[in-house]
Amino acid sequence: MENPVRNLQRAAEEYRQKSAKDKKRYWIDGILNNALYILMAIFVVYTAIEKPNFLTLGSFANLITQVAAYLPMALGIAGCIVLTGTDLSAGRISGLTAAIAGVFLQKTDFVNKMFANLPEVNDGWILLTLLAVIAVGAIIGMVNGFFVAKFSLHPFIVTLSTQLITYGIILWFFSLNGNNSQPISGLSREYKLFVNGEMFRLGNVAVPRYVAYAILLVALMWFVWNKTPFGKNMFAVGSNAEAAKVSGVNVFWTTVLVHTLAGAMYGYSGFIEGARSGSVAINTGLNAECDAIAACVIGGVSFVGGTGKISGIILGVFVLRIIFVALTMLGVDSSSLYIIKGAIILCACALDMRKYLVKK
Amino acid sequence: MEQNVLLKMVGITKTFPGVKALDGVNFELRKGTVHALMGENGAGKSTLMKCLFGIYSKDEGQIFLDGKEINFKSSREALDNGVAMVHQELNQALKRSVMDNIWLGRYPKIAGIAVNEKKMYQDTMAVFEELGIKVDPRRIMSTMPVSQRQMVEIAKAVSYNSKVIVFDEPTSSLTEEEVEHLFEIINMLRAKGVGIIYISHKMAEIKRISDDITIMRDGKWVATRPAAELEMQDIIRLMVGRELTNQFPPKTNTPGEVYLQVNGITGMYNQLRDVTFNARKGEILGLAGLDSSGRTETLESIFGIRTRKEGSITLGGKPCHNRNAQESIKNGFALLTEERRATGIFGVLNIRDNTVISSLKRHLRFGVYLSEKSQQEDTQRYIDAMRTKTPSQETKIRSLSGGNQQKVIIGRWLLTNPEILLLDEPTRGIDVGAKYEIYQLILDLACNGKTVIMVSSEMPELLGICDRIVVMSGGRVAGEVDARNTSQEEIMTLAAKYV
Repeated sequence: MENPVRNLQRAAEEYRQKSAKDKKRYWIDGILNNALYILMAIFVVYTAIEKPNFLTLGSFANLITQVAAYLPMALGIAGCIVLTGTDLSAGRISGLTAAIAGVFLQKTDFVNKMFANLPEVNDGWILLTLLAVIAVGAIIGMVNGFFVAKFSLHPFIVTLSTQLITYGIILWFFSLNGNNSQPISGLSREYKLFVNGEMFRLGNVAVPRYVAYAILLVALMWFVWNKTPFGKNMFAVGSNAEAAKVSGVNVFWTTVLVHTLAGAMYGYSGFIEGARSGSVAINTGLNAECDAIAACVIGGVSFVGGTGKISGIILGVFVLRIIFVALTMLGVDSSSLYIIKGAIILCACALDMRKYLVKK
Repeated sequence: MEQNVLLKMVGITKTFPGVKALDGVNFELRKGTVHALMGENGAGKSTLMKCLFGIYSKDEGQIFLDGKEINFKSSREALDNGVAMVHQELNQALKRSVMDNIWLGRYPKIAGIAVNEKKMYQDTMAVFEELGIKVDPRRIMSTMPVSQRQMVEIAKAVSYNSKVIVFDEPTSSLTEEEVEHLFEIINMLRAKGVGIIYISHKMAEIKRISDDITIMRDGKWVATRPAAELEMQDIIRLMVGRELTNQFPPKTNTPGEVYLQVNGITGMYNQLRDVTFNARKGEILGLAGLDSSGRTETLESIFGIRTRKEGSITLGGKPCHNRNAQESIKNGFALLTEERRATGIFGVLNIRDNTVISSLKRHLRFGVYLSEKSQQEDTQRYIDAMRTKTPSQETKIRSLSGGNQQKVIIGRWLLTNPEILLLDEPTRGIDVGAKYEIYQLILDLACNGKTVIMVSSEMPELLGICDRIVVMSGGRVAGEVDARNTSQEEIMTLAAKYV
């Protein structure tokens, strides 16, 4: 690691040697390259002035809670984007796994329990359910990956198809045992506690356990992306699949594994989402992949392939959530909310792309 | 004399962060002449041309065309003003037809709306006839070999009635015969008064075709002389700034016993038929032949990335299957591919990632994580050993010059400890100084008992460093010659055997 102070000194020295024209260029570049942060800062300050309770610990707790809920799916989908692909099935996969988790973990004495003969809910059973839904997600992800890798299909097509198939499975699942498409509710206290249980309070707002799980996942994914051969191979395949093949990278397995890992993340997301919202409906998870993809792209995981950082993904999710929280607080109605959100994604990506363009 | 000057560039300076790519370069192109622009990679030839075409904006200096100062903002504007360039790396719409590509952006129209296909066809045929190109204008680009696509690119430049045409390494993918054709076209253009800037590393060509030679080094103008006054040695001396007495290092390797045996390889989806040869330990075996004679296919079939229908490979007497790249690497093979950009480098990744990708197992600790330190050490070792010029290990590989990219990829392969190195055009697009270094490296590998099989289109290179040369023709082995007592003529005769 180089000395940060010396780096700053060197940068200052370089700046002094620039001509007036270059200095102007330097500032414009600096502003445009960091426009996203500058805009966010202005936005936060504005909201804070308008609504003083925006800049409170409680509000911050609310924010990180939301980030923790949305982050896992983005972490999964980011791998697909690194491979120059995408994943449209993410939301539906999390919907299916939420439904499965919900059914497995309904209260024992609940009147409308879908499967009456399930064992009593305890920590062991919860963990088993968690593993099971992660496995379900992983299997669907593996199917995605297999078709992408084996038949060189574009992930857009493959995941569009599996999205529909998964939705079909969800509809079938919700009509089992005379459930007649009713939402799955009556989730057990233990399940809710496992996910939502309070760890500590920040300004009178409880921070749930899944924030800690999200931190663990971030650490795990950072490790996988940066420290394992699989991670290196993923970036190589995303950067140049042909060269990766010649270099002895198993392109097939790398692609399958990236999608499998993504699927596992969606499975986990569904598990959290079930307990978070208290009941699971047919449309739980619908379009969730849009937010996840947007967060990745805002965070610099480029569709060009082969680039992206975990820190960027976290930042992307943060940006989207801050906008959401602040706009809601400012009392913006939902129609404007979507328009503003769309505009911000567009601007963020345009500004971000600027960094990747080769300066000429 | 002064009236004769078509294009004049004065004091062109261009600075990139940390590098002065061009430093007050002067350049004059006379009407109806071929002016060769020479220099090692990174000398600033491409940058100068990019400044001319407005791809880069110059910091200082002036450009005059026909006496008027110009300042193009894009290559499109340059084209409209009669300045065209035939690029080394072709940017074409491959899924479209030949004529679509030629008239792209300026389609002849009927009533200003519909594209006039008939006129387009006739105009294309007219240009082709003038240049003696035999290509169907309706043919789809991707179905044609690179050499023909290049001819189309030249035809396009001509179709703009250009006054100045820049050729950037035009012969790198052409056969001897096609080079002759290209030279005919160039001579014809010269006779018509077109000024031609010719960028190439091939000395013999330059000597043959050019009237003037300008040599650049490290972003500076070094000399401009009539071609007749410069000998090859002078050019090299001016380019590298020192005496290069030998183009090739002395041959020090001694071939040992037969190690690799290739028996009757026939391709499943390519033209290879019954390819048989062997290679010894410590030997440098050349694969010669024309374009599409199956040299690349042979290497790729041995490496297992092309499907074999028949045939076998034995290594030290033991059969060796090489069904895919992973297996081949495990068996001690390494393949340096021909198209560096398409199948060699990971452009957006840094030098370190590009270096370690084939040897990640070396850095794996406890079967789980990769040691950052050992990756850095390995990368640094090969940056030092190959004398790769890079600001740091974190630099993205696409910002390096071709020669330095090649060194990184060779380093990547050496890290896999290969016994057999399959090198496909290892010195293509690399400057003289770096070429020598790569030859030395190949010889060192052979001295250490490695087997090197090398494909090259440059005959002197094969004669200079190989022990034996296998000549291929039409997907078959046409013959085998001893590199020490053969001639270019003999090899060419063999190469034409099954055409």
